[in-house]
Amino acid sequence: MRIDAKGMHYRPMNKMIRDAVASGQKEFELDNIGGQRYIGAGLNENVKITINGTPGNDLGAFMNGPKIIVNANGQDGLANTMNAGEIIVHGNVGDIIGYGMRGGKLYIKGDVGYRVGIHMKEYKKQVPIIIAGGTAGDFFGEYMAGGIMILLGMNGKSPLVGDYVGTGMHGGVMYIRGKVDPYHLGKEVNCLELSEEDTKLISGYLKEYCEYFGFDFNEVMSGKFTKLVPLSLRPYGNMYVY
Amino acid sequence: MESQLPAEFIVNIDHERCRRCKRCVINCSFSAIEFKDKVTINNRQCVACHRCATFCPESAITITQNPLDYKDGYNWSPEIRKNILKQAESGGIILTGMGNPKPYPIYWDHMLIDACQVTNPSIDPLREPMELRTYLGAKPESLEFEGDINNISLKTELAPQVKLDIPVVFAAMSYGAISLNAHKALAMAAKRMGTLMNTGEGGLHEDLAGYTDRIIVQVASGRFGVTSKYLNNSALVEIKIGQGAKPGIGGHLPGEKVGEDISKTRMIPVGTDALSPAPHHDIYSIEDLSQLIYAIKETTDYKKPVSVKIAAVHNVAAIASGIVRAGADIVMIDGFRGGTGAAPMIIRDHVGIPIELALAAVDDRLRQEGIRNRASILVGGSIRQSADVVKAIALGADACVIGTASLIAMGCRVCQKCYTGNCAWGIATQKPELVRRLNPEVGADRLCNLLTAWGHEIQEVLGSLGINAIESLRGSRERLRGVGLSQETLDILGIKHAGIGQ
Repeated sequence: MRIDAKGMHYRPMNKMIRDAVASGQKEFELDNIGGQRYIGAGLNENVKITINGTPGNDLGAFMNGPKIIVNANGQDGLANTMNAGEIIVHGNVGDIIGYGMRGGKLYIKGDVGYRVGIHMKEYKKQVPIIIAGGTAGDFFGEYMAGGIMILLGMNGKSPLVGDYVGTGMHGGVMYIRGKVDPYHLGKEVNCLELSEEDTKLISGYLKEYCEYFGFDFNEVMSGKFTKLVPLSLRPYGNMYVY
Repeated sequence: MESQLPAEFIVNIDHERCRRCKRCVINCSFSAIEFKDKVTINNRQCVACHRCATFCPESAITITQNPLDYKDGYNWSPEIRKNILKQAESGGIILTGMGNPKPYPIYWDHMLIDACQVTNPSIDPLREPMELRTYLGAKPESLEFEGDINNISLKTELAPQVKLDIPVVFAAMSYGAISLNAHKALAMAAKRMGTLMNTGEGGLHEDLAGYTDRIIVQVASGRFGVTSKYLNNSALVEIKIGQGAKPGIGGHLPGEKVGEDISKTRMIPVGTDALSPAPHHDIYSIEDLSQLIYAIKETTDYKKPVSVKIAAVHNVAAIASGIVRAGADIVMIDGFRGGTGAAPMIIRDHVGIPIELALAAVDDRLRQEGIRNRASILVGGSIRQSADVVKAIALGADACVIGTASLIAMGCRVCQKCYTGNCAWGIATQKPELVRRLNPEVGADRLCNLLTAWGHEIQEVLGSLGINAIESLRGSRERLRGVGLSQETLDILGIKHAGIGQ
């Protein structure tokens, strides 16, 4: 199904998509998208949505299955509380992407804004993953409770990541391709070298990532990664008296 | 460091009566009672939860406040002295549970309700119809009809509404803060009584799937358990911005209560503290709030009312106006006496404003701006009795929420130790051996009894007021009078002093 979204408000457009999904439509191509919010929000079916243009905030919020490809930049709040599915963005994105993300994949070719992956979660096999090819703003992985985040810095910009990386982190893991100055780190984070298992884990995801965006896998893997994990599962356990 | 703190309570065992059945030993979940030839007590551990005394077959147990008096000093109360000792020994923030126990004025107790005499007849609720039903959701500004007199139908499209058979809803208490059995009891009672329970922010256990049409599902800053299925299987969705017991700070479920099951529902590691960030990091403005409201409406296909819950703070009226304009169908206001499973004492006891004043201010503001119809108002934060419900509705609320009162109905003794996870009554705990103590069926019966009783009482008052529907009382402040209140307080409440007629 092809929709020309020029001048369309998000509400009738999203309704059109929801109704078509309910009647069995599997593929969508949205042209002339210019800031329409909530595309793919709450969809539970494994449909594919290709977006030509820049979608608005909360793309794929509460989404549970679809694959969304954005052939432009994204805005704020992508994959907000997403449960399953994939979002692939051929550009940069804004702030608070992957907030409370509970599963699925979020692959960004370029830079990501502030507070990426805030309070991501995981349970057993349900592990969300965010990979960004460029740099990130402040509070990367704040309150992180689970999941995997990989930051590649392929565009050579500096600094690679903003301040307060992983502040309040109490679960999950981050891999950053390059050195992170200690002053950028939150108090609750520990810096480690990658083990063989780590390399194996990220190789799987990065192979797929490089195929999407045409990066050279060997070049990506030739960089030296820093692994960040929480220092404690209970960072604030000693702050209280009963 | 060895503690210098004296025991708070003294447990007395009447050894003449005690038949050494050890029931008290088994029942004490705070390790205050042991058996060494006879029942022996560690007073320091006692929290006065009354579990032992309630189950002693010989009534041989009494619990008293430790009579150890401090040198008199109005300024340096025993509590303040004890808190300083505690902090000098630990360096920690004092954590506490339940609602603000400080002697701030309770305005409910300074308002009196009118009744009919001679010139306007009262109604007998035992023999005449008396309606407690109300609907939550946005109401239209006007109604348009189409067709002719013989075949008329409503043209105006109504926003989604949720029917309440009684204007009392169970407050948000998360699975995590309270046990699954407590959640089950609340859900069963809500279904039976035609009212609602609220998941709180910890997600919904799969065992409650059969009750979802009577469940408010909450979306808080930690986004625990929030999926499209969760949002769609609900009576309505509530965005939690704040809580009366802890305005402006995040949630903090202590790691002691995060076992395997909670870890699964919340998707966080076992034993970690469940941290809810202080703000939603996608909401820094009314416009951002609107964005989340409509993200939820898109996800639920505009079929569920969306509520926004805030704590009553100084600027509550302006904030509520913003919430309504952002697209919320319900505004839930939680007063500063509202309960909590865990909050820093400094916040619980010193931050926020009373619900009575907040409610009056919000209702006034929304009326002045001509947008009162666009949202229902729910209020909570220490609704203790049916009289409080009547007064709240007369001040302008659509319905009330009860948290602590519902816990007390299930057996809670308000010992304020919810954060320890040792609740002896099986309510605020996740330990299987303690959770088992609360039978959900019995809990539901007790909750239904409480609501049934309140329902009858509210009907009695409505009858004496000469009205036959709760909706006729809403915002009818003329039926309230103040006693012992300053003119400024009366003005804020929008009521006259007792003694002034019409």
